Amino acid sequence: MIAELGQFALIMALLAAISQSILPLIGAERLDSRLMAFGSHASLVQLLFVILAFGCLTQAYIVSDFTLLNVAENSHSTKPLLYKISGVWGNHEGSMLLWVLILAVFGAAVAAFGRNLPVTLKARVLAIQAMIGVGFLTFLIFTSNPFTRLLVPPENGQDLNPLLQDPGLAFHPPMLYVGYVGFSVAFSFAIAALIEGKVDAAWARWVRPWTLTAWIFLTGGIALGSWWAYYELGWGGWWFWDPVENVSFMPWLMGTALLHSAVVVEKRNSLKVWTILLAILTFSLSLIGTFIVRSGLLTSVHAFAVNPERGIFILILLAIAIGGSLTLFAIKAPALKSGGIFSPISREGGLLLNNLLLSTACATVFLGTLYPLFMEALGGGRVSIGPPFYNKTFIPVMVPLFFLVCIGAYLPWKRADLVGVLKRLKYAGLAALLALLIAWYISDGGPLLAILGLGMAAWMLLGTLSEWADRIKLFRVPLAKSWQRAKNLPGSSWGMTLAHGGLAIAIIGMISTTAWKVEDVAVLKPGETISVAGTDYRFDGVREITGPNYSAVEATFNVSQDGEYMTTLKPEKRLYTVKRMPTTEAAIYSTFIGDYYAVIGDQDGKGGWTVRIYREPLVTWIWFGCTLMVFGGLLSLADRRLRVGAPAEKRKKKKVREAEV
Amino acid sequence: MTRKSRRMYIIVVAFALLASATALVLTAFEDNLVYFYSPTDLKTKQVTVGRSLRLGGLVEEGTFVKLEDGLSIRFSITDGAESVPVSYKGILPDLFREGQGVITEGSLNEKGDFIAHEVLAKHDENYMPAEVIEALKATGEWRGDEEGQTTK
Repeated sequence: MIAELGQFALIMALLAAISQSILPLIGAERLDSRLMAFGSHASLVQLLFVILAFGCLTQAYIVSDFTLLNVAENSHSTKPLLYKISGVWGNHEGSMLLWVLILAVFGAAVAAFGRNLPVTLKARVLAIQAMIGVGFLTFLIFTSNPFTRLLVPPENGQDLNPLLQDPGLAFHPPMLYVGYVGFSVAFSFAIAALIEGKVDAAWARWVRPWTLTAWIFLTGGIALGSWWAYYELGWGGWWFWDPVENVSFMPWLMGTALLHSAVVVEKRNSLKVWTILLAILTFSLSLIGTFIVRSGLLTSVHAFAVNPERGIFILILLAIAIGGSLTLFAIKAPALKSGGIFSPISREGGLLLNNLLLSTACATVFLGTLYPLFMEALGGGRVSIGPPFYNKTFIPVMVPLFFLVCIGAYLPWKRADLVGVLKRLKYAGLAALLALLIAWYISDGGPLLAILGLGMAAWMLLGTLSEWADRIKLFRVPLAKSWQRAKNLPGSSWGMTLAHGGLAIAIIGMISTTAWKVEDVAVLKPGETISVAGTDYRFDGVREITGPNYSAVEATFNVSQDGEYMTTLKPEKRLYTVKRMPTTEAAIYSTFIGDYYAVIGDQDGKGGWTVRIYREPLVTWIWFGCTLMVFGGLLSLADRRLRVGAPAEKRKKKKVREAEV
Repeated sequence: MTRKSRRMYIIVVAFALLASATALVLTAFEDNLVYFYSPTDLKTKQVTVGRSLRLGGLVEEGTFVKLEDGLSIRFSITDGAESVPVSYKGILPDLFREGQGVITEGSLNEKGDFIAHEVLAKHDENYMPAEVIEALKATGEWRGDEEGQTTK
């Protein structure tokens, strides 16, 4: 019965979404306040029904209801509870339902938090948001129904792909989806603004928090995914330029550009047309990302099914969404009035350059990801494009951006004095040079490009810190006063420092582990020792262990340096009983300066085991840097200034200010 | 600075970026497109020794050999019509076995052996690489259904 209830809830949600996408639009045209208000109510109703549907599917997974095709194909009664729940979105149908759920949450959030939005703008935003919902709900109901029953239910399920049975991956898809779908709000705002024919500072102030929220989650989701790849795949790599990674990275690049250009609209009422275009492109890339992955166009662990019917549906949806919005943009954008003018050397100029570089970088990734598809469609044979391509295209485009980050942060609005800015950065520059020399000394020569890269990252980090120190007048006024200034810095300013600094730290990690990673493979008998990068790994043999739904061989390594015991590593080789699928569980000992990473392979039949050892210098800096970026985003989101802007809020703010005094 | 000259500045910078990106992409394409070959392709087409390429097919039954050092491996990849000997050093993906579809990346040496530096890990045992399916269909060796799911 519960599955039928879920099915019914989905259809009700679709009906709510259809009416929500039509009535408020008419209301906004006729200035009929009742029709416009309908949008808010409908978005709540839609959310309630989607929650109900999602709850029904989750319940079916928890009680292992194998009369549902979806549950039978992707779950098993012995699976731990966490993975029963994460199994809900570990498959095509369920992940689409999660998508729709997050979309509905964002729609209802706009309705609930957007009390001070102009009524016509709000009505239109909700209508556009609902149109996206209609597209996805139809897709879900007609081609990917998660509630399909089986006539003859099996005794037990086929289990979830063991690689997905991991805490990192349980939360990776929801986070990524909140990121993807969050950009739908910026998109809806952009389309609504095009219909209204008006973009102003207030508009940017409403769009920015939504974009920032999406960006925070997308950053976290990508970082989590790369961390998972690092410890779960057992190859010691954290980024493979795999098409599936790229499709999540492209909206991130565009979303980052959008975040920066929205600042210019807000502060200087300039770059409006460009910002609207970015909002459309960012969400279009999110859509392409979702669909490319889910349609099975790109084959990988993420592609759940290859189904022509779905593929065509997806293509039509993409054509309507992207084609339609770009057409509307072409018609309406020229009518938008452009705002304040600025000189090329100014904060606006810097942010524009940031945008151009990010979009160019995104374009190179786009080409690399989709070129094999075009090539095949045109009958040019099967090709693949690997990391060397991106090293030669993406990285050269990003390097100037990294160089300019801290300079841009120093530039004032309208026009700036570049020489003056560079003078203020001289200590950062000198310190970065020193860091470069230290890196060169420590690495004993080493690859030149990597050392230069480290110097660049140090420049970025130190320049960012120097800007922060200047702001709080560190060492120029008494420390207590600096502390006072630091406390009074707006959240968005802290956010910028943390995000830029975090990026620099992540880059240091990426460069170090790429350039100085040490890897060794050997066949060891119990008792034998292998030495990798100055560390001894003594192989102490293996034992058999059993988990809830797998059996495994667990090896023990005694890790020591110069005879001094450091840690014990216990990598496993698991065999998941239902799917008969082996997986590798690496054992990792993380320290500030690097990771010690051990993997156990096959038996050679003569008492020896293949083992693989990696030494990954500074690899944890990557995820530490990403965490800082997320944290910076959160601080910026908490900035009170972002929520100010309408008369109703001003009154409230006054009260707050009085209370603070 | 007037609006017009600002627009000119933006357009010039954008074009300069676009042009350099295009140049980068084109030069990178030249060397970094990795083409897919089936064993038949490899025998019939001219392939430069040392050029990086992908070879895919089935791991031929009874050809898998582990050498003395316990790390070097030899096996043959076949598409039913032709078969190419492959050597590889390192740990194989968890799902590697004889009769299984596989893709390797590497290059040919002078003797016509394929030296793989990577054997691609596939994440799901039911999954057959689309390239391999196509190659098998070309030689009439394909026995699965249309959708690429061999079992189930």
